[in-house]
Amino acid sequence: MNARFNPLQPFDTLQLPFNEWVRDFFNWISGARSFFRAIRQPVDWVLDSVEGILQALPPGLMIVVIALIAWQLVGPRLAIGSFLSLLFVGMIGAYPQTMTTLALVLTAVAFCAAIGIPLGILASRSDRFEQGLRPVLDTMQTTPAFVYLVPIVVLFGIGNVPGVIVTIIFAVAPLIRLTNLGIRQVPKDVIEAALAFGASPRQLLWRVQMPLATKTIMAGVNQSLMLALSMVVIASMISVGGLGQMVLRGIGRLDMGLAVIGGIGIVVLAIILDRMTQALAQSERERGGQRMLDRGPIGLMRRLAARGKGAEQASAAQPNTAPARSDAAA
Amino acid sequence: MTDTPKRDKIVVRNLYKVFGDRPQEGMRLVREGRDKDEIFAQTGQTVGVVDANFNIREGEIFVIMGLSGSGKSTMVRMFNRLYEPTSGSIEIDGEDITRLNDEGLRKLRRDTVSMVFQSFALMPHMKVIDNVAFGLELGGISREERHQRALHALEQVGLAANAESYPDELSGGMQQRVGLARALCADPPILLMDEAFSALDPLIRSEMQDELLMLQEEKQRTIIFISHDLDEAMRIGDRIAIMQGGVVVQVGTPDEILKNPANDYVRSFFRGVDVSKVLTARDIARRTQVTLIDKPEQGPRAAIRMLETHDREYGYVIGRNRRFLGVASLASLDEARKADAALEKALLPDCPTITPETHLGELMNVVATTPYAVPVVDEDGRYAGAVSRSALLQALDNVIGDEKPSGASTDAAPTEAREGV
Repeated sequence: MNARFNPLQPFDTLQLPFNEWVRDFFNWISGARSFFRAIRQPVDWVLDSVEGILQALPPGLMIVVIALIAWQLVGPRLAIGSFLSLLFVGMIGAYPQTMTTLALVLTAVAFCAAIGIPLGILASRSDRFEQGLRPVLDTMQTTPAFVYLVPIVVLFGIGNVPGVIVTIIFAVAPLIRLTNLGIRQVPKDVIEAALAFGASPRQLLWRVQMPLATKTIMAGVNQSLMLALSMVVIASMISVGGLGQMVLRGIGRLDMGLAVIGGIGIVVLAIILDRMTQALAQSERERGGQRMLDRGPIGLMRRLAARGKGAEQASAAQPNTAPARSDAAA
Repeated sequence: MTDTPKRDKIVVRNLYKVFGDRPQEGMRLVREGRDKDEIFAQTGQTVGVVDANFNIREGEIFVIMGLSGSGKSTMVRMFNRLYEPTSGSIEIDGEDITRLNDEGLRKLRRDTVSMVFQSFALMPHMKVIDNVAFGLELGGISREERHQRALHALEQVGLAANAESYPDELSGGMQQRVGLARALCADPPILLMDEAFSALDPLIRSEMQDELLMLQEEKQRTIIFISHDLDEAMRIGDRIAIMQGGVVVQVGTPDEILKNPANDYVRSFFRGVDVSKVLTARDIARRTQVTLIDKPEQGPRAAIRMLETHDREYGYVIGRNRRFLGVASLASLDEARKADAALEKALLPDCPTITPETHLGELMNVVATTPYAVPVVDEDGRYAGAVSRSALLQALDNVIGDEKPSGASTDAAPTEAREGV
């Protein structure tokens, strides 16, 4: 240590104990346990209830419910596709893990939306805030997930909840960016027109900017969802359950079967969720002017209910008259 | 044009607008009389409007004209404070709107001043009817009432059938009708129209101008119309303000400006004017024709003598209170004399007349096909002169030379760009 400074070999003497500093920092910061527990808490609740619901339904019913949702949001083709593929996933023995992963991903995306959309709105309204936020987002997106796995473990421990937190950090950036972008690219003349007709800042945001940015924001949600799914395997290294765990264990034991089963589950989830969120981004008009309530299984139920009621009324008022029947049928 | 004194609706006093981060510094230099470009080079501040002073009367169409960059769009945006004036005042009905707080400003925009945009600026995510009702929606009016009023506004512009369409399903002209309906929906007394028809093709544009004039006839609003198209300004404007480099260089009726342009810039504007659309029969009617007064003691015989003394073939017969009765020719008078009939019997059948407001373009045909000068008769039926073929040709051929700046006579007008007459 007391050797003389040699300019040709500067690192023999010039050394920073950076490693120790970081360790000290984390030791210090993890003293604030209650703070991190407070962050964990809401994630914990949401995750528990989502997973509770998903696991509580019997698998047969659950698969049908997912298929119905797919039909409602997208169409009968995706409904059949998701029914068959989930059936397959269940048959190869990955059903409970799929539900765990689904719960993790949905929770992560819910938090991404709750954090990302307001931040994106703020960024769109203040150039300063956007400038400050941009390097943070860049860092979040470029830092390899492995790197912040460690501090997360130090601060939050291991398990599903820290896994969700890691996933949120990884997946929230594009949603913030796209929300910001979507609002900023609303045409200037439309904004000017809204102001000229007396819109307050809040009205401008909710009646003009947000509706016109919906497509971009939903693309952000879709991106977040995909990133969250891609995080599943990495997060399993801090002992997050579900499909990622299967893949990780399969790799660890060179058990190809297990790894592929996990992989198939992730791909199936990815396709179903991707299609659903993309369909959500479409406006009522792009779906052919049909309102959500008039389409899919809900529409079918409503039509059936209306027909039943119409028929009842018709028979009550004027039994067995042809016009009343045709009215009811129409 | 002070024969109908109207109340001043908008009074603009010492209005300045400087864009940039240090507008006060720009203001200081403007007050020192520096040039717009100089100020930009020195401070990076852009001067929009310099010391504007004018009044806009209630119920008139006030056109603000100028080349692009002359500050006209900036000017109109200060009337609803989309742009904050840097200095000066704008009074609407005596209230200085530059002092309004946010709430007062929103109320002004919702109830008093509405705007039509060059780019239409319709909300692409809303149906036509919701677009039209947008202002009312912002004002918190119930869905039912605002749709009813929006439908009424759409009927005014002839688009009620398209209420459930989306803007991008309509043609440009229809979209701008929606824009107009949106502005009319809250029934505001003041309309701002920022090059509202400039993005439309010429045919649709003149259709829209007619539409605007028709609406204006039904209910007189105060309209501030921005345009760079002189024909448009002449056609619809009651008065015109001409802007140059942020300065209002001249305000007046189209005629006044046409006859007495304030400077070369204004004159250059009018160089391309199609005179046949600007000048009217009133401007070129002459009273050089022989007029015959229809009195009991003055029969055809006296009339013939009058015409012969003046070496004319036609006489213009006028009754009491200068009421125009018709035209008599030497031949018809001679016949009446032989029949010993009154002067009225000598009037030529099917005598065409024109009103003083008829544009030259519209009267060419009748003047060309009538053997005598066509009499001009005002709305009270009084004789106001006659338009001869030679007078018409002279008016169409008259050019204001650059060395002869002010056309003192009524028929002096620039016609260089006119073709084929």
